[in-house]
Amino acid sequence: MNQPAVQNPAPAVTMIAMTHVEKWYGEFQALTDINLTVRKGERIVLCGPSGSGKSTLIRCINHLESYQKGEIRVGGTRLGDDAKTIDAVRREVGMVFQHFNLFPHMSVLENCMLAPMRSLGVSKGEAEATARQLLGRVKILEQAEKYPAQLSGGQQQRVAIARALCMKPKVMLFDEPTSALDPEMVKEVLDTMIGLADEGMTMICVTHEMGFARQVANRVIFMASGAIVEEAPPEEFFHNPRHERTRKFLGEILSKH
Amino acid sequence: MGSNEFLFLLTGLKWTVLLSLVGFVGGGVFGLAIALMRVSGRPLMERITSGYIALFQGTPLLMQLFVVYYGLALVGLKLDAWIAVAIGFTLHASAYLGEIWRGSIEAVPKGQTEAAKALSLNYVSRMRDVILPQAIRISLPATVGFLVQLIKGTSLAAIVGFTELTRAGNIVSNQIFQPLLVFGIVGVLYFLLCWPLSLYGSHLERRMAIAAR
Repeated sequence: MNQPAVQNPAPAVTMIAMTHVEKWYGEFQALTDINLTVRKGERIVLCGPSGSGKSTLIRCINHLESYQKGEIRVGGTRLGDDAKTIDAVRREVGMVFQHFNLFPHMSVLENCMLAPMRSLGVSKGEAEATARQLLGRVKILEQAEKYPAQLSGGQQQRVAIARALCMKPKVMLFDEPTSALDPEMVKEVLDTMIGLADEGMTMICVTHEMGFARQVANRVIFMASGAIVEEAPPEEFFHNPRHERTRKFLGEILSKH
Repeated sequence: MGSNEFLFLLTGLKWTVLLSLVGFVGGGVFGLAIALMRVSGRPLMERITSGYIALFQGTPLLMQLFVVYYGLALVGLKLDAWIAVAIGFTLHASAYLGEIWRGSIEAVPKGQTEAAKALSLNYVSRMRDVILPQAIRISLPATVGFLVQLIKGTSLAAIVGFTELTRAGNIVSNQIFQPLLVFGIVGVLYFLLCWPLSLYGSHLERRMAIAAR
């Protein structure tokens, strides 16, 4: 597949490199020959029908899923099966989930402070200062003392984004971050993500929000049956898709909006 | 029945409470280890602990106490009744609590573990900070229920000569020949111990049902 022309003059530092990654669940092949390079500051949107392997792909990057073949490098680290490299990668990579996965027994503030204190060894005072700053950035500081169950879905997802940012990650992975939200809450989460993109965060987003893809993505990647089918800048992807499967998918998803 | 006899019953009650506490604390510590091994994802550990649980849930507590007290004596390990009974109850309680807590750990949604992993929390922190606090809350009604069973189960310690409440009642009854009165009082004492716990258990259960709505 041809490398698309880089739109913005993105620095050439490679943040994530997946080469010939293959994954099976028993007999079922979930990922087939995945090759993907993400440079620093790039925003990638991954889309495709359900079961096409998009979530599996990004979950391999921080080793929530293992893979059988190929190589994944994050920053300078080659991701192996050992706790040391997995831990090194997870400290650099933040993740936001479809169902938020906030810790329900902790306040919003505690949710944001736990990981920096436990895995980075940051002091309590410093963790709290960082947490408050980032909660302010996702515009939810006034809810810091509340518990997740007291917040709306959109608010919870913004807390989840702040929680991930508290680890000062170099890359952010978003796994369908707006799919579990009521329609009126989608925008506040997307706006937060757009703000993050504007600040130069390297991002990979699994999402069906095509407006977001148009506005933010450097490249849109279409997956089907565990393989990357098409990869193009948004203009080209939406107006001139090369593959039949892409056209069919776009037809289905865009007719819904 | 004079005050001496009643005080004797209260001494028995004291041992019943102590025995329950030892069983609960010992069973709690070992039970937690068993629960963690049961969900470790390591086949050998999981098989060993599941066998352990099956063995102690599948045989009567009375038999377990016999084996620890008389069985170990037969192979030359003569244990004090107090120690033998403490070991017996610890083994028994750890099997039940291990199984209760295994279920509770598995009832915590998988996303919690994934979020904790994605935040690069290590195993100890994932368990201590994220999973166990939620699992313990889920397990509380069942744990309290088991504690009530354990308190009543301590009466079986009488069989190896341990003077807890039931055996104390037996002794007093044999002295003053008023079994109905004596065992009536013994029953009331057990009830006063267990009933508040049962109430607390169903209170917790109601509260969780509301929270889950």
